[in-house]
Amino acid sequence: MSTIPINPVLPFLRTDRMPTIWCPGCGIGTTVNCFARALLDSGVDLKHLAIVSGIGCTGRVAGYVKLDSFHTTHGRAIPFATGLKLANPKLNVVVYSGDGDLSAIGGNHLIHAARRNIDIKVICVNNLIYAMTGGQTAPTTPGHVITSTHPYGTFDPNFNLPHLVEAAGAVYVARWTTFHVRQIARSMAEVFKKPGFCFIEILSPCPTLYQRRNKMGDGLDTMKFYKEHSKIKNGVSTSEVGLTRNGDIIVGKFVDRDRSDYLTMAHDQFVEALGDRYVDECAAECCEEGI
Amino acid sequence: MAKGSVSIHVERCKACGFCVEFCPTKVLALSSAFNSKGYHPPQMVAPEKCSGCDLCGMYCPDFAIFGYRLNAADSANAPDKEATDAR
Amino acid sequence: MHADPAGVLTGTHFLDGDHACCEGCLAAGARFASGYPITPSTEVVERFASRIPTVGGTFIQMEDELAASICLQGAVWGGAKAFTVTSGPGFSLMMEHIGYAAMTETPCVFVNVQRGGPSTGLPTLPAQADMMQARWGSHGDYGIIAICPNSPQECFDLTIKAFNLSEQYRVPVMVMMDEVVGHMTEKVVIPSADQLDVTPRKHTHKSPADYLPYQCNGDGSLVPEMAHAGEGYKFHITGLTHDERGYPNMTVKVQDQLVRRLCAKIENAKDLVAYEAENLEGADVVVVSYGITSRVAQRAIDQARAQGLKVGKLRLIIAWPFPEKVIRELAPKVKAFVVPELNLGQMVREVERAARGAAKTIHVGHAGGGVHQPEAIVKAIVEANQ
Ligand SMILES: Cc1ncc(C[n+]2csc(CCOP(=O)(O)OP(=O)(O)O)c2C)c(N)n1
Ligand code: SF4
Ligand code: SF4
Ligand code: SF4
Ligand SMILES: [Mg+2]
Repeated sequence: MSTIPINPVLPFLRTDRMPTIWCPGCGIGTTVNCFARALLDSGVDLKHLAIVSGIGCTGRVAGYVKLDSFHTTHGRAIPFATGLKLANPKLNVVVYSGDGDLSAIGGNHLIHAARRNIDIKVICVNNLIYAMTGGQTAPTTPGHVITSTHPYGTFDPNFNLPHLVEAAGAVYVARWTTFHVRQIARSMAEVFKKPGFCFIEILSPCPTLYQRRNKMGDGLDTMKFYKEHSKIKNGVSTSEVGLTRNGDIIVGKFVDRDRSDYLTMAHDQFVEALGDRYVDECAAECCEEGI
Repeated sequence: MAKGSVSIHVERCKACGFCVEFCPTKVLALSSAFNSKGYHPPQMVAPEKCSGCDLCGMYCPDFAIFGYRLNAADSANAPDKEATDAR
Repeated sequence: MHADPAGVLTGTHFLDGDHACCEGCLAAGARFASGYPITPSTEVVERFASRIPTVGGTFIQMEDELAASICLQGAVWGGAKAFTVTSGPGFSLMMEHIGYAAMTETPCVFVNVQRGGPSTGLPTLPAQADMMQARWGSHGDYGIIAICPNSPQECFDLTIKAFNLSEQYRVPVMVMMDEVVGHMTEKVVIPSADQLDVTPRKHTHKSPADYLPYQCNGDGSLVPEMAHAGEGYKFHITGLTHDERGYPNMTVKVQDQLVRRLCAKIENAKDLVAYEAENLEGADVVVVSYGITSRVAQRAIDQARAQGLKVGKLRLIIAWPFPEKVIRELAPKVKAFVVPELNLGQMVREVERAARGAAKTIHVGHAGGGVHQPEAIVKAIVEANQ
């Protein structure tokens, strides 16, 4: 008899918490699936990998992956991750959260972490809406979309996130949709090896609160839309990748550049200013005796 | 002869249809059976066409399906639906 | 355990309260601070920024207090002892994360050098009007510790105590200074490291297979053991109501168990009482004060005693949890409590509540911007004695 292998992603997940809270046709689970595959393929050291989420449907990701995982407060995953990384640089720190969490309430932290080039990997699941709270307008919601807080259609202009984080200083910026599973997994594996502030935006269906309200069908219809309307343009200027309600979705790896990360810059500055007086120890070492 | 097969965790499935739609060789279809939550999980309707590429597995938001390759000896007795359901 | 000598500036110094507080943080083993500048507290992190690269650790100036107050908690879960420092407006912004620290049982220290409010208020002048905010500022029920130094020396000593209590109880501890204590310069004696006790993290000795992040050990302690990221425990932490595994569980039963434990571990603790008492025995009037006001009150007490009045002194060192039992037992034996504070009535409510009508309670309020005239307190003592 043949032996059926176990699902290769299961070792990375808290299966005791399944099924997830996510709706049928929601794309968040697909991104987590890709994340697990990236962990598998990249061979990244899981013991030293921590994941930090904010609040929202996407914020629940931290609860489903079998890693040191932190479900923080709305918008503050990035500053929490900053503390974690700076105190204990041995850790690889991934921030996994929603578009509203990262770019509205957490928008200030997003641009400042990119500016400082904190060595964290930000995965932004962009469903173009505040899903968890019932489908309100997000800074990413394109114009002419019905939301619960813009019942006659949105009119405030939306953020182009890749452009925003590139301008703020991110060293790696990519966008995919949940249709692009292999590319997502590859980008995720790539950023584990890339020092500095990396940002992957993943467009994802929220059939329950975005698509249905806008007569765009269900999750599968959205996946088909992604398939038909995505144009892969690696290296294209991020100024050209803004999103509209029904227009093409430019995807690809837009930015991959090198810049010293925060800890390296700090180290170099202290060496220059203090010479031998500089004690190059991380904050976490203070507690090791107590263990 | 099939080069691959899939394993389906019926109870985790939410019947989104992603696996069915994006299987390159159209191996799967949603079945008429219900799981205990009332969803129709997929089944193999053209098992001989399965390459074991695991694209279905990557798309699945609920970790309910994955594809795997069969070696030559295994492909003769690829697991039937009941066997995979038991997982 | 003893302090790490690397952070202990042993010797006799002439320091203001803000600088002394920074030395307290370093002596306590804090090697991480995240802050956002605000008068009159900034000197604490300015000193930390200049000291920490020669001690080993990190200071980061964040983009706002929302960030500062959660960044330090990331550092704690990464294995560091960490703190932030702020004043009025910044303290208001930090409230959500005080709640997060309480809920996730993250040991850490928040220093608030109080200034006049509300809003931007009096940036450079003192008040003590954040005392209730320190206790109740974040939403929901939780236990909290707040400690009130009244001198630069105490800014050093009590900051160490704040860290120690935060580790022992896994709770955020507020160091409630005020602008005058923060900016007054006095002699500060810093002992050698081997004379300073610091409480190590309550780190688990269990293996990852046996460890549950919020399980109490059955040893009677209500404080669970901690693990850090990167040690192989693969634990989950959330601000949602959670079970012993740290998993969200939003049932009435789990909420009841968790929130009651978060309150009880502080409210029931026997060693969370710290006050300075003088002549309570046989006193007719007891002056209850804390922080800078306790020093003004001392003058008033001396003056009233010179007039022949029997005045006791009770200075709150730990303000939260409030020493309810002390007041309750004292109340039937005295005529009145006089409570001067730089606000229009905060801790006085606690005194009144704890006295349960067994003694009068007289508030000597001040809206902030300066300290009391001792005469105002003397007047209240005289009235109280009638
Ligand atoms: C301080 C605060 N404000 C508001 C909320 C309510 N809230 C929870 S999730 C959310 C929006 C989440 O949107 P997004 O980050 O896009 O996540 P999604 O649910 O779409 O994955 C809001 C507004 C909160 N939890 N905390
Ligand atoms: S509400 Fe939208 S984003 Fe949230 S789980 Fe449902 S489909 Fe996903
Ligand atoms: S493994 Fe590949 S070929 Fe087989 S069902 Fe899945 S997607 Fe189709
Ligand atoms: S992708 Fe997964 S959840 Fe969706 S239908 Fe297929 S097995 Fe079910
Ligand atoms: Mg969203």
